[in-house]
Amino acid sequence: MLSSILHRASGVALYAGALILAGWAICLAVGPECYAGYMALLGGPLGKLVLLGLTAAIFYHTANGIRHLVWDAGRGFDPKFADLTAIVVIAFTVAATAATWIIAVMTGGL
Amino acid sequence: MTSYRTPRSRAAGLGSAKHGVGHWIAERVTSVALVPLSLWAVFAALRIAPLGYEQAVLWLQNPINTTLAVLFAGLSFYHMGLGMQVVIEDYIHRRSTLITLLLLNAFVWFGVGTAAIVAILKVAVVTQVGVLL
Repeated sequence: MLSSILHRASGVALYAGALILAGWAICLAVGPECYAGYMALLGGPLGKLVLLGLTAAIFYHTANGIRHLVWDAGRGFDPKFADLTAIVVIAFTVAATAATWIIAVMTGGL
Repeated sequence: MTSYRTPRSRAAGLGSAKHGVGHWIAERVTSVALVPLSLWAVFAALRIAPLGYEQAVLWLQNPINTTLAVLFAGLSFYHMGLGMQVVIEDYIHRRSTLITLLLLNAFVWFGVGTAAIVAILKVAVVTQVGVLL
């Protein structure tokens, strides 16, 4: 239940994320001033919060998407196994999001 | 093979709109491609975050990065358009609102997705930074 609605919620969040990504590419194409302004916006407190949410969303949606692909192949319907994979997906999301932001801090991207 | 259709529906020739399967398959095919591309996108974001304008341009001008960026943009916008369409169809039942939102979704994903790809290609092919040859 939870993992199903989270899949939709993360998908909708990533829709907004794709628009932010398009804005990044467009500003890079427009020129240095636009790019500097856009990166300052993304690097601000609100921008960082949004990017943190999007990091979790992309990891969750990708991992849970694999779960859905396995179901589409007709496997993994046993409730116990489905519950286990749901927990694995959430644990992966938390770990991968934390790892990504630790790397960002270490490489000066933050 | 068992048919679940009623004799009346068979006689009237009214079935599904015949494009649901295509939608379903396209969503799956793009999702398979997006698994590695999404992981690359996170990696790419980490690489780009500390870079300034010129370095970011040079990064995107690397042919491998250009290719993967165009693929990621194209497939993710297509996939999210398909996904959002299902979300709208599931939750919106008032016909005029439904059609308005479906049109809006179609214009947004195709329009902004095209703009993103054009921007990536402009940076890759047209933008000049650093030492001129």
